[in-house]
Amino acid sequence: MTTQHDIGIRVNGVLQRRRVEPRTTLVDFLRDELGLTGTHVGCEHGVCGACTVMLDDQPVRSCCMFAVQADELRVTTVEGLAPERGQLSKIQDAFCEKHALQCGYCTPGMLIACQALIDLHPHPTEEQVREAISSNLCRCTGYQQIVDAVMHATSPQGQAHV
Amino acid sequence: MSEPSSHFRFIGKHRRAVEHKRFVVGKGQYAADIQRAGMLHVALVASPYASAKILFIDASRALAMPGVHTVLTGEELRQGTEPTLPGVDAPQVTRYPMAFDVTRYAGEWVAAVVAETRALAEDAAELVSVQYETLPFIVDPEAALAPGAHLVHPAHGSNVIFQRKFVWGPVDEDFAQCDHQLSYRVCWARNSTVPIETFAVMCDWNDATGVLDVWASIQMPKFPDQLAKALRLPGNAVRVHFDVDVGGSYGVKRGLKHSVLVGFLARKLGRPVRFIEDRIENMRGGDMQGPDRIFDVTLGFQKDGTLRSMRMRALDDIGAYSGRSPLQLGKPVGAIVGPYRIQSVEYDAMAVMTNKTPQEAVRGFGQAPTNYAIETGLDKVARFLDMDRIELRRRNMIGKDEFPYLIPSGTHYDSGDYETVMTKALNAAPLDTIVAERDALRSQGWLAGIGIATCLEPSGGNSSFEPLFNPKNQTTTWMDSCLVRVDLAGTVTALMGTSTSGQAHETLVSTVVGEILHREPDSIRVLHADSLNALPSNSPVGSRMAIMLGGAAAGAAKKIRSKLLHIAAFNLGVAQEDLVYEGGHVTARNDAQKSLSWDALIEIAHRKFHLLPEGMEPGLQEKFVWEVPTGGMLPTEDGRVQMYPCHSFEAHVILASIDPGTCKVSIRRYVCGHDCGVMISPDVVHGMTYGGIAHGLGAALMEKFAFSEEGQLLAGTFMDYLLPTSSEVPAITIVDHCTPSPLTEFGQKGSGEAGYLGSPAAIASAVNDALAPLGASIDHLPMTPQAIWTALQKTQGTNV
Repeated sequence: MTTQHDIGIRVNGVLQRRRVEPRTTLVDFLRDELGLTGTHVGCEHGVCGACTVMLDDQPVRSCCMFAVQADELRVTTVEGLAPERGQLSKIQDAFCEKHALQCGYCTPGMLIACQALIDLHPHPTEEQVREAISSNLCRCTGYQQIVDAVMHATSPQGQAHV
Repeated sequence: MSEPSSHFRFIGKHRRAVEHKRFVVGKGQYAADIQRAGMLHVALVASPYASAKILFIDASRALAMPGVHTVLTGEELRQGTEPTLPGVDAPQVTRYPMAFDVTRYAGEWVAAVVAETRALAEDAAELVSVQYETLPFIVDPEAALAPGAHLVHPAHGSNVIFQRKFVWGPVDEDFAQCDHQLSYRVCWARNSTVPIETFAVMCDWNDATGVLDVWASIQMPKFPDQLAKALRLPGNAVRVHFDVDVGGSYGVKRGLKHSVLVGFLARKLGRPVRFIEDRIENMRGGDMQGPDRIFDVTLGFQKDGTLRSMRMRALDDIGAYSGRSPLQLGKPVGAIVGPYRIQSVEYDAMAVMTNKTPQEAVRGFGQAPTNYAIETGLDKVARFLDMDRIELRRRNMIGKDEFPYLIPSGTHYDSGDYETVMTKALNAAPLDTIVAERDALRSQGWLAGIGIATCLEPSGGNSSFEPLFNPKNQTTTWMDSCLVRVDLAGTVTALMGTSTSGQAHETLVSTVVGEILHREPDSIRVLHADSLNALPSNSPVGSRMAIMLGGAAAGAAKKIRSKLLHIAAFNLGVAQEDLVYEGGHVTARNDAQKSLSWDALIEIAHRKFHLLPEGMEPGLQEKFVWEVPTGGMLPTEDGRVQMYPCHSFEAHVILASIDPGTCKVSIRRYVCGHDCGVMISPDVVHGMTYGGIAHGLGAALMEKFAFSEEGQLLAGTFMDYLLPTSSEVPAITIVDHCTPSPLTEFGQKGSGEAGYLGSPAAIASAVNDALAPLGASIDHLPMTPQAIWTALQKTQGTNV
């Protein structure tokens, strides 16, 4: 358990080198080692999706993989979604505009799931949105306004908002 | 009143919530995000048995591990703390954070390990050896009532922790005069709100100041007071930081036992200590499960469908310990007849203890199960009389001209227009279309049904159920408050005295203060004061904050505005009634030259004492503490009381189908007609309503904390306790209506429990309509595929 491993993960564009225990999960690494507390822990068994981050180009559960498994890979967290400091990405902006959150706890994972969908399908149907976000649990919104936000972000009216 | 919000500047308009920006960029500050230097971590040792005697705890191997600081047993904790209150008058039902002699449910904590990291603490917890002697136990709430049943708390002398039979009005006479009576039993399964964030708490004790700082994902009235009392500290030695963002609660985030444990450890060790529940700790030992009820109801009614009287017995299995849970049978007293003219009621409320995980307050505080019991009865009466379910409801609904309407149990409903709201929902569906769809589905071999439910959301959360259920508790106020301050630069800051778990209170307060002061809400800063700085609050429970915090914020802002007018009147030499306040500037009604700008007025208030009216305090800050409207009264001897002040209404109309192969239910159309008076933030209200409906869908179809006959929790993960996803929750249409409340500042009512209070009943109604052609029905929740399959088997005796 205690043999330390040297790893390097490119997180939100910055290479982060650390020495970690092999049992350190990716989410604990992001939160405790890097202080990126935007990624949340909900169930630690891969169901709720609150810990979803982008690993290279795929959304993954960061509670269900070890930090050492992400060695030499790219990770994008909620803190890395905005194009510039002080700005919001299109999907972040749409979440605000359409009230797609309440307590905000599932939001980071939900945003990553939505961004992964949009990367794959720039103009998804509502059905595709519901299918894509069915990987993530939200207890506040009933998902309605999240679907609305994704549709808004992927329609011509969805404008970036600083 | 279709456009009541049109005369407001900010109220009722689409606006972005001020909280959301920090959440979407990952800059919220939840309890688990707060780090303190030298912080230690807790892992727990839990009892595996439904009940057992603790013979011996050997922590030597755990303590020998490098990095382990202490292992605390229940006995040591008991000696250093006071037990927490059982909510009703049952002093022998004591409760400590950890068991010390006897464990009373599987998952109950018996020891806490503190180490440098959580992983290390978990490693060490596995090395703590506990020797138990198993004891008898009881898990069936009805068996727990029987004479000779095993007692969960022998010192109490009974498993019944609370019982009172209320009789409001001439029940016997009314039943004697009824053409018909119909009895039925419905069961509401133990489920809960299950926020995605588990409970987290960190405490830091300072020897020099003697202050315990607490950061917790808390939503609980009087939490700082109760924590201080349990820890034997003066009230002003506990500082709860209410600026922690709470990752969902909907009632249950009340980790008092967690906080007592962690506060004790922080003091003992002189280090910051943190405990974050993992999911199984949350589900099994977090004491946050919800109402678990058996209703036995008899309705008395006439041939024409007129309801006359109701007898209801509600038996609630609260689990092994008591807190607020028995009181959840009390709140429904304030809407015990739903939206109907039922002239007399007998209500037998009974809370029983079993060897299960304890209950906590859940969204609606017991109202959703009661609404489900009432609405199921309405459907049964309609079926019995061969009458249309909607017509039956229409016939019995309180009319819009009958308000304020006094129900038998002593509450006045403030206002409403139930029939119009229901009609609007039916028209939005539209009913004939979904009926045609249902019939078409049936002809294709599907099971399909229409669901209807109408119910009330009592709001403005008051404490009346406390004295009603415990005469020794004479609480008659559940005030809330706000402080508004205008600084020298003219910017506005408002302070609230509680935490927020997704209800957008900062948006609520800034909107209201902006409305009164005519200042742009986004320029108004709203802070959550800590408990040593805060004015009194009773936290966001009981759908109260739009009413209570909104009212308090308005009250404080009005005092500011009044002070500005007073200053202007004095300096302009114009009577106050001849002044106009517009945009923060004050001008004489008949002379535009006589005017003082916002900036000039602020300057006078802060700097120019010589220009202040005599006796006026300099500076510009005002507080307002508001008592719940209609509050302040103790119950009558026969148990009548005004429960909550305001009453929102909702009407659910849905079409559901059941796959005959899998028995899975799909919702094909969902409409909710909703009237919560004036909506301060429509986006917030709609969001809560969507979420409440989804939560109710879980209660109706999916969620249950199932226990085995051995008292073991069978649904402790998200693989077996199923929460609705975007695949199960349908697109939802909300139809708004506005009947302002006469009791509140802007006509607002509450909406924090919206949707959830009616959707379980409506979905159950649809399932039973779908099953009706086959002669089947289900009278218990959740209506899982297995429950539906079993019901069909029973009726048909053949495979579906």
